[in-house]
Amino acid sequence: MARTIRLTAAAGVLALAAALAGCASSNPLGDNNPASSPPSTGAPVTSITVGSAAFPESEILAYVYADALQASGVAATVTPNIGARDAYIAALKDGSIDLVPEYTGNLLQYFDAKATAQSSDDVYTALKTAVPQGYEVLDQAAAQDADSYNVTKAFSEKWGVTSLADLKKVTDPITVAANPEFQTRPYGIPGLKSVYGVSATLLPINDGGGPNTLKALLDGKAQLADIYSTTPSITQNNLVTLADPDHMVLAQNVVPLINSGKADAAVTQALDKVQANLTTADLIEMNTKSSVGKESAQNIATEWLKQKNLFG
Amino acid sequence: MNPYSQAFAWLSDAGNWAGPGGIGWRILEHLDYTGLTLALAVAIALPAGLAVGHTGRGREIVVPFTGALRALPTLGLVTVLALLVSSDLLAPLIALVILALPPIIAGAYAGVQAVDRDTVDAAKAIGFTGWQVLWRVEFPLALPLVLGGIRSACLQVIATWTVAAFLPLGGLGRFLIDGLAIRDYAQMLGGSLVVIALALAADGVFVIAQRLATPRGVRAARIPDAPTTTHQPSRKEIPWPEPSA
Amino acid sequence: MTWIVANWDQIARYGLQHVWLSVPPIVAGTALSIPLGQLANRYRLSRGVLLSIGGILYAIPSLPLFVLLPSLLGTRILDPLNVEVALTIYALALMLRATADALASVDGQVTLSATAVGYGGWRRFWGVELPLAGPVILAGVRVVSASTVSLVTVGSLIGVNSLGFFFLDGYQRYFPTEIWVGIVGTVVIAVVFDLLLVLAGRLLMPWARPSRRAGRATATLLGVEAEPS
Repeated sequence: MARTIRLTAAAGVLALAAALAGCASSNPLGDNNPASSPPSTGAPVTSITVGSAAFPESEILAYVYADALQASGVAATVTPNIGARDAYIAALKDGSIDLVPEYTGNLLQYFDAKATAQSSDDVYTALKTAVPQGYEVLDQAAAQDADSYNVTKAFSEKWGVTSLADLKKVTDPITVAANPEFQTRPYGIPGLKSVYGVSATLLPINDGGGPNTLKALLDGKAQLADIYSTTPSITQNNLVTLADPDHMVLAQNVVPLINSGKADAAVTQALDKVQANLTTADLIEMNTKSSVGKESAQNIATEWLKQKNLFG
Repeated sequence: MNPYSQAFAWLSDAGNWAGPGGIGWRILEHLDYTGLTLALAVAIALPAGLAVGHTGRGREIVVPFTGALRALPTLGLVTVLALLVSSDLLAPLIALVILALPPIIAGAYAGVQAVDRDTVDAAKAIGFTGWQVLWRVEFPLALPLVLGGIRSACLQVIATWTVAAFLPLGGLGRFLIDGLAIRDYAQMLGGSLVVIALALAADGVFVIAQRLATPRGVRAARIPDAPTTTHQPSRKEIPWPEPSA
Repeated sequence: MTWIVANWDQIARYGLQHVWLSVPPIVAGTALSIPLGQLANRYRLSRGVLLSIGGILYAIPSLPLFVLLPSLLGTRILDPLNVEVALTIYALALMLRATADALASVDGQVTLSATAVGYGGWRRFWGVELPLAGPVILAGVRVVSASTVSLVTVGSLIGVNSLGFFFLDGYQRYFPTEIWVGIVGTVVIAVVFDLLLVLAGRLLMPWARPSRRAGRATATLLGVEAEPS
């Protein structure tokens, strides 16, 4: 009896030890390649991790990039849903990811809060120099998707508001429904104050201008909603997108932000091909497939690449 | 500056404490949510746990049921309820009440079960009815374990309301979720320290309550909380708390 | 239903990641609780200190712990290890008390008998005390398993994806079905783990089979086992 017990206990301990060893080896701590390793000379890039922000369009674009790279012979994996810009830029910098789909204007303001560029081309030019050493942006796409301030038709008519500059006429307190980071963004609450002299409070909703943000606006919990301009719900609900005469929100073209060490000729060529073919209409169609069709980001990306036939 | 000193700097900045959205206000909101959650959870779980412990019936259902509740992911419940329930507060409230049920049911049930059968039989022998046995014998004797269950529920609820701040809500979770969005370590860590302090304070209150609730005769007979190599058949453990979400 | 079929790839992938993230904390937390539980039982002071630390650890919300660990461990911010270490801490905090109590509940007469027939301290611990404490430890592991599987989902908030991904994606797309898939998947994993644990217990510890005639010792064990609160 004692023998059996001992054997069984030993077996248990061995199993534990084996499992521990297994989990230790599954998480190699030792492979921490510093992200800003110098661009590899000669040897082609063989694998890339594409990250995405935590909203559907970013995730779809990440899969588009990954599929395009895959079709060009570069092994690519996607790490979706990382979070807001601060989180995925940190992930890019510590080497967790190599590439992330971005938007020119917001990215420029992230690296340079005092940027003055407004048009797509000016923003892109300024961005190229603002990107920190070791990273670069590839070609910008024609596709644009910007943060936009929307109000209901009723609110717009009641106060005669069609532009952010008109908001000063509103005497009721103003609440903006948007993601939490809007509290500190130059195009968010601080921008409304400094650019348009409007004091507003934030209703933080974590859905990237999605249906919950829309609902808060329609239910009257917020008077303004930050909804990305490629979102179908803006027209579906007859929302009024407020004009931005002082260009608080900069031009926002889709652009890949990449670790320079990973941007070799093959990678750049594959991504440039995607960028050259991506239009705003494409983004709207992709978003509709996601929000209405509930398709997975991977499927939507595959379908777009097939439709464009870029890597036949 | 390392994250810790940043967090203390954040905590010691008076500007962060004042006004709506300040730390003080968020603490009050957090206590408000926690109190409401516990009140509802106790109202549901206590009768259920006592009934099962007293009658001995339904054990086969309650035990696996509370086990299954434990596996329910709070973030999932919070998000799905947010889509199904229109009120901002109701969705996380329901989710958190569900989360708080298992330890309270288990505490009540274990408390009644742990009452010495001889004591119950004696009470019956001198003519106590079922209700009297429950209220005058079993419940007072079970009270420390009942409170133990509520205590671990309370710890969990305080910590888990922070995850509920994924929704547009107040409470201390705002500092965590909003800090996460912009990777503001000072705010996240400072907010967490406040959450931990709140949890420990609440826990302290329960420790005192448990001590006061232990009937004097039982207290005298109770073996101190120290290891013994001999078996202690009478010692029933306080229901284990669960880690915070 | 059609969504589940159309997205089966995705569901399976996140489900697998979920399992992969859950197992190491459960195993490591349990393994670490054995020496620490033993230590807790040795001295009154160590018991007080260890159990108090365990109590404080519960109170730490998981989200900031996930975010803070990279700076303590030197890991990258998307490294699954951050979530695994955090959950190991919770698992250990939970298991500590269970294991300490389980070891303390071993009948003193039995350990004395083992010594009498010539078992040394080390052999007695592995050969007698630990196996006898096994059923109660197992009860604790079952609790830890369920709560770990459910807590893994919080990692999705920091980009360490599991079935929790569907909570955020479903919320953002106002799509309850997707969230339900995540919830049900999580519960299924927890239930499967629980069944495996029970099965492992039966195989490894046949002496723990409940016997009707057994005295209060068994009753206590069963009471605890049935009471994973």
